[in-house]
This record gives sequence, structure tokens and C-alpha cells, in this order.
Amino acid sequence: MALILKINGVEKVLDINPQEPLLYVLREEFGLNGSKFGCGLQQCGTCFVLADGEAMPTCLQPCQNFQEMDIITIEGLADGDKLHPLQESFFNEQAAQCGYCLNGMLIAGLALLKKNAKPNEDEIRIALDKVICRCGTHSRFIRAVKKASETHSKF
Amino acid sequence: MDIFKTNRRDFLKNTGHLIIGFNLFPFSSCSTTENEVSYNTYDGIPERAHINRDLIDSWIRLDAEGHLTVLTGKQELGQGIRTTLMQIAAEELDIEMEKCHIINGDTGQTANEGYTAGSNSVEGSGKAIREAAAEARDFLLNIIASNWNTEKSHLTVKNGVITGPNGQESSYWELLDGTYYEAKISGNAPIKSPKDHSLIGQAIPREDIKKLVKGEAHFVHDLRLPGMVHARVIHPPAYGAKLKNVDLQTVHEMPGVLKTIRDGSFLAVIATREFQAINAWQQLKESAEWELTEIKVLPKNLFEDLKQNAQAAQVIEDSPGIIQKINQSSKKHKATYLRPYHMHGSTGPSCAVAQWESGQLTVWSPTQGVYPLQATLSDLFDIEKENIRCIGMPGSGCYGHNGADDVSAEAALIAKHYPDAPVRLQWMREDEHMWEPYGSAMRIELQAGIDSQGLITTWDTHIWSDTHSTRPNGNAGHYISARHLENSFEFKKGGFSGGSYRNATPLYNISSKRLQLYNYDGPLRTSALRGLGAYGNIFALESFMDELANLADEDPIEFRKNNLDDPRAIAVLDKLAKETDYHNRIQQSNTGYGIAFAKYKNSAAYFAVLAEVEVHHEKKEFHLRRLTGVIDAGQCINPDGLINQTEGGMIQSASWTLLEEVRYDERGILSKDWNSYPILRTKQTPEVKVHVINRPEEKPLGAGEAAQGPVAAAIINALSSLLGKRVYKLPLREYFEV
Ligand code: FES
Ligand code: FES
Repeated sequence: MALILKINGVEKVLDINPQEPLLYVLREEFGLNGSKFGCGLQQCGTCFVLADGEAMPTCLQPCQNFQEMDIITIEGLADGDKLHPLQESFFNEQAAQCGYCLNGMLIAGLALLKKNAKPNEDEIRIALDKVICRCGTHSRFIRAVKKASETHSKF
Repeated sequence: MDIFKTNRRDFLKNTGHLIIGFNLFPFSSCSTTENEVSYNTYDGIPERAHINRDLIDSWIRLDAEGHLTVLTGKQELGQGIRTTLMQIAAEELDIEMEKCHIINGDTGQTANEGYTAGSNSVEGSGKAIREAAAEARDFLLNIIASNWNTEKSHLTVKNGVITGPNGQESSYWELLDGTYYEAKISGNAPIKSPKDHSLIGQAIPREDIKKLVKGEAHFVHDLRLPGMVHARVIHPPAYGAKLKNVDLQTVHEMPGVLKTIRDGSFLAVIATREFQAINAWQQLKESAEWELTEIKVLPKNLFEDLKQNAQAAQVIEDSPGIIQKINQSSKKHKATYLRPYHMHGSTGPSCAVAQWESGQLTVWSPTQGVYPLQATLSDLFDIEKENIRCIGMPGSGCYGHNGADDVSAEAALIAKHYPDAPVRLQWMREDEHMWEPYGSAMRIELQAGIDSQGLITTWDTHIWSDTHSTRPNGNAGHYISARHLENSFEFKKGGFSGGSYRNATPLYNISSKRLQLYNYDGPLRTSALRGLGAYGNIFALESFMDELANLADEDPIEFRKNNLDDPRAIAVLDKLAKETDYHNRIQQSNTGYGIAFAKYKNSAAYFAVLAEVEVHHEKKEFHLRRLTGVIDAGQCINPDGLINQTEGGMIQSASWTLLEEVRYDERGILSKDWNSYPILRTKQTPEVKVHVINRPEEKPLGAGEAAQGPVAAAIINALSSLLGKRVYKLPLREYFEV
């Protein structure tokens, strides 16, 4: 069964198992690396993408459920060499240690900022709470989202 | 010294197998579906086997195209070591950071620097790189001085360009002009004085974070080689379980399944796509029948068993008649502290890629030590080390000996059954949670006496602990799956290392001290977790210090200072008091303050911390509001890197301390995922602030593990002051769990 997925504005017709979770399709069919396998249980957020503006885990949901949705991954944010303001802010705050969780943190932060460009700290903490970070970079992620919200009003 | 003018690339493409023409990721080409991804980067120096540590170009290479490449046997673990080591080399050579590249551990190229552990990369590799860079600079300046008929002292270097007294100019690269020089590190080349440093001490951003925010390939997990296939291992449901039966037939009929492997109780599957491998894994898990062995020592009697069934005391430090002296002290105190098993719990489950071609094995691995991996694989497969190449790649942060080595060995075991294709194995979440070696549970009993001046006179320590190091340093039996093979390898624990009593000897001035260790063979698999025994020992020691301060009726900071000589130790405490306005703090009944201090390993970084815990009295709910730390790691190469790593250590330790404990019962590990092993998430994360005392004239000290122990004690001390009673057992879930 052919399946159509639109990732970062690019549509692809795919001949794959429609039950395959989106994560593996992103990595194997689209050659993307941003979304990562962390738990496969919707507990950690490393596999997040922005699906119609919401941060959604992709490690369990079959890819067919994402048809018709507008999917943005972390790779789709920069405009050529120009980083997206939230990417810029993550870099400026040097918000990463190993960086395995960074995708989840950035996507969760972006989903928040798209709805609420001026969140308070509690709102940021709640938004990022879905993402596991074992390196303890939490405070930098919170700050990176906050700094981006201070310098930009639209995401 | 040999100088030969030759075609560099020809020269370097010499010796046999080790140079097999793989370009290191991320410069590797990608498989068909990823053709859109192009890596527009410098394609790196030609590969050459490491020859000898005394050669300059074992550590740094300048090429004719204007690049500096640093080689290190140390791994990037998220601690920012790549940037730090490049800064050191660039500083000595006066080259811009933009021109610097680095290659981490690769048995085909870099020096054998053992494991990246114990916070000693800057002290070790950094020193070698600094000397090599200084030697290279000196070597090149000597040549140009003689070319220009001048003195070295009349030359200046900026951005890799040497300027002579008459305005002559030559870049290092023009000077080299493709000539291959081989020179030794004499150790006599002048090292730059710290006052001339322009890069060291600067918060140079980590460029790899730019790649990460763009989602570029970075991790071993992202490696895709042509023809690569995906594997999964079906681990037993518990330690020691034996595979009785499994239905392989059904799995062979599943889409994409290429092969199943059963060797004794080692069970694995290979498939074309990752998800197909996962489906097959699921199916095999359901059909496999195992013979179980019960875990005898259960959590409810673990800490008693630690004491009852440990080996006889090993006396590390003795002071005859100490108990008598304690009993004669004007005040004395005794307490017992307990810490549970903790897990590394990497965010990304362990992953490796392995490939066998004509009897030769290549493994791309997130290991902390490529050479020890090579030696252990050589034991596992009974082949010469020369036939194995281990290429270190970034993994998800590991914080010690996690599943990285096991997954590398398993990938190689599986790939052996499917030669020629690169086999990528990633663990599932439950593999990581259940099979990684944990940080050992510990029981620590302390006794001490103080005199009427509030000075500590005697201190007696007893530690019961399982080992803190079972790294597979050449012994295949240390790989969990090697024990599951039909021809199984035996695990010989042995070698209980000094890790158990790390930091157990107080840095405080105490004339009579005794330290005894009781090695214990516990129910769970253990090995090195960030800080090793230092986490438990400092938690105990620095909790106990607060109790003694209380006994002496002194402020905890002043009490510590009175019992210390080391001016740098006193300085971190003073700075902490100043930065937090500690002595003028407003006493509020809903806030508890706790401080703690340690010099990691009693030989590395100094760290002091203040924890602030709040309580909602009616709700009996506690909240860790803030952690403020002060660190002195000697000469600070990159302040932001140091702060980042220290903040991370503080938050991670807070998580261990507040929430974490590996749960298990007689049938095996119960902590299988993030719900059954919760860790700190952003809602509960304290505010963290780190102040650095930079000492450019001192040698750089390892800092990555400095925060683990002190943070635990500071939190306990803050909580205890609110509760009005001491707490002796970790974790503190009953108080902090939301
Ligand atoms: S991998 Fe999807 S939430 Fe963890
Ligand atoms: S930075 Fe390593 S898991 Fe978050």
C-alpha cells in the first residue's frame, strides 16, 4: 500500500508497512537523524517531531497516522545556513552535553513557543518535562527557551 | 630526526589492514536513501596507524592545506573534551580554532590512552597534546629561524603565520609545503606562560552543538554504511537464566528477517529494516522459554546482607587503638549511611555497528576505551588484536561503564554470523535498564571524636560495597553475553579496585584515622558509575560532618574551615559563603540550607555546594529549590565547558539522591523503563548556579565527577535541618516524590 508523508515540506510516496512507526521511516526513508530512539514507549521524547504544530512522539504511532499531517523535524528548521531562532538560542546557551535529548527538548520548546511566544518559566518547565535528559542539562534547556522568547515574538 | 619529502598520502597509506580506507563518520558517504545529505566538510587527514607516543604527529598534525588535526585516545562523552583539547593545541601553536579538527579514540590511528574515565583526560591527554604542540611550534620556528638567518626569539606567530624581524612572513603550511617531518617530543620545547594565553581560559563554544541543533549525524546511532542491516538481542529475563526453547521458525517467516542466531542462551536476530528487527525481537521474546534462577538477596535485607556476607576487612589505613581514642574524646558520634543501586540510565540505549570481512573485524563503538575494547574482543574471538579495529564514536552520555562495551561485543558476535555486511545493533530500553552494570549499593559506618575546641581528632570508617569496576579490560567474561554463549566465558570479578573507598579518607586534619573496606559480592551486576564509591562515601562523610558541627555547636561552614588546612579548600567554602550571602541569609522556617565540600579523589577538583530545600508544611511536601556550587579545577581551559559539566553533575546527583533506586525482586530487575525508574525531569529540576575559581598558574584538574558526592550530602543536610532529624538512607523519595 502506497503511503504519502510530508516531512519538512517534502512529500514522498512510500511503499512500506503502514504500521511501521514514523521514527524508523524518518531515519530509514528520509535519512534524517534528529529524531532518535530513546525508549520506544512514549516516555522520553527523544523521538519527537512537530506534527501540525504539536510535539509528538514517533516511536510507537504507525506512520500511516501521520499522513495528511504537516511534519517538521529538527532538520527542517534552519533556513539554509541561517539557524532558526530557537536553534540559535540553544547554540548560544551551549545547551547540550551529549546532546542525545536535544531534539526532544528543542521540539518540545518550539511547540510551546508556537502557541505561547512569551511563556513564563513554569510553562517552559512543564513543556520540557516530557523529555528525559540524563546529562542534567535541564537548566540550560529552560534558559535557551526563555532567551529565545525574549528576543523573538513569533515562532 | 628523519625528514623525507614524499607524497604524503602515498606514504601514509602504508601498513596493511589497519589502514583499510574507511573514512571516519561524519565524513562517510551515506546509503542510497540519504543521498540528499551531503557533508561539505574538510575530509580529514589520511589515516595512519599510531606508532609511538613520543612522536609529535601521534598527537597533532599540520597538513599542507592549512588545517590542524589533534589526535587523542580519549572519547567525547558529552563533556566537551574535543573543544578543550583543540583549545590546548591551538593555544600552543597560535592557530585559530576554526582550523582545528580532532580525531578521538581509534585503534587504527590514535594513541592507547586506556579508558576515558576518572576525570583525567585533561591531565593526561591534554598534557601530551600540549607538549606535542609546543614541540611542533618550536620545531617549525627552528627551521624558519635558520631559513631567515635569525633568532627564534625574533619571531612571532599569529593565526598560524610566522613573522620575522624584517617583516618576512610564512604560514606553518607554506613552510611545510607537503614535506613530511617526523620529530620526537623532547619535552624541552618551551610551553607558553599562562599570562600569554589567549584561547585557554576562554569560553569557546562547542561547534558540535551547532551540528546537534541542526539534527546532523553525530552519534554512532546515526552511522549508516552501505549494505547495513539491523539487529536486536533478546536478553534473558533475568541474570543467569538459561534458554530452554524458542520458536525460530515463525520468526524466519517474518518480513525482512535475514537471520536468527542462537548460541547457548545468546539469542539475536538480524533484519533488513530496524522495525523488522524489533518485531522479530518481540516475537522471540514471547516464544522463548527460560529456566530461571532466583535472586537470593532481596532489597528488604540487602543492607544487612552487605554487612553479614562480605569478605573480611581489608585495612586501607590504620591507627592502632583508635576506638579507645574515640571513646576518650570529649564528644563522639557514630552513624550508618546507606545508598542503593543506581543506574547510568543513558538517554539513548547503547548502540554499535560491527562488520567482519575476511576474518577481520571493525567495530564502531561508543566505548570509553577503544584499545581495551580491542583487547577484550581479541579474547572473545581468539584472534590477534591486529585483526580488530575499534573506532570510537559519540554515544548517548554514559557516565561510566554502561552498556556501551556490551553492545559492541554483541554487535561483533552477531556480525560474525553475517559476514561482510555492517550490522547495527541498538539495545531496547529494557535492555539498557536491566542489563547495564549499576553503581553499587553501599553501607558506610562512621565514628569520630572531637575535642573541646571543636577539632576532629579521630575518624573511623567502615565501607561495605560491591565492586565499582568490572570494565572488560581484556577479559571477555566481563561481557554479559559472553557468559551466555554455549562455550561461555567465565566472569571473574576479582580486582575490587580502590573505587570503593574513593574519597573515604577525609581531607580534614585528623590525627588518627582508620579505613576498612569489606568487599561484597552482591545480587546485581555493578561497575563504574560517575564518581564510583566517592558518591556514597562523600554523602556519608559530609553528612557526618554536619552532625559533628552540630555536636560542636558550630556553623557547618566554619566547622569545616576550622578542620581544614588546604587553602584552596578553604577558598571554595569562602567563595560559596560570599556568593550565596550565606552568613546573612534570612532564616525562614520553610527553607533548609545544607552545605557540603570535597576535593574529588582528594587529588582533583575542589567543589563546595549549598542546597536550598523548601517545605510546604501543611502538605509535607519538599522541593529542592536551588543548588549553588563553587569549583576550583586549577587552570580552567574552557570556563563554560567546566560550568556545563558541573551543572550536569549537580542535576544528575540531585536526581540520584532524590529519586533513584534500582528495584528488583527474586525474579529479576523491576526497573525496566522511565516509569519504573523515574529520574529528575524539568519540572522538579532545581535552579543551578556554578562559580569558578580559575587558577591559571596551577595544573588543570579533573572536574567531571566533582559534584556527585557533595550534592547528595548538601541536600541531606538541608532536608535534615528542616525535619529536625537526620536522614541516613537514600534515595529521598518519600520526601520529594511528586
Ligand atoms: S523514543 Fe519515543 S518517547 Fe522515547
Ligand atoms: S544532553 Fe545528554 S541526555 Fe541531555
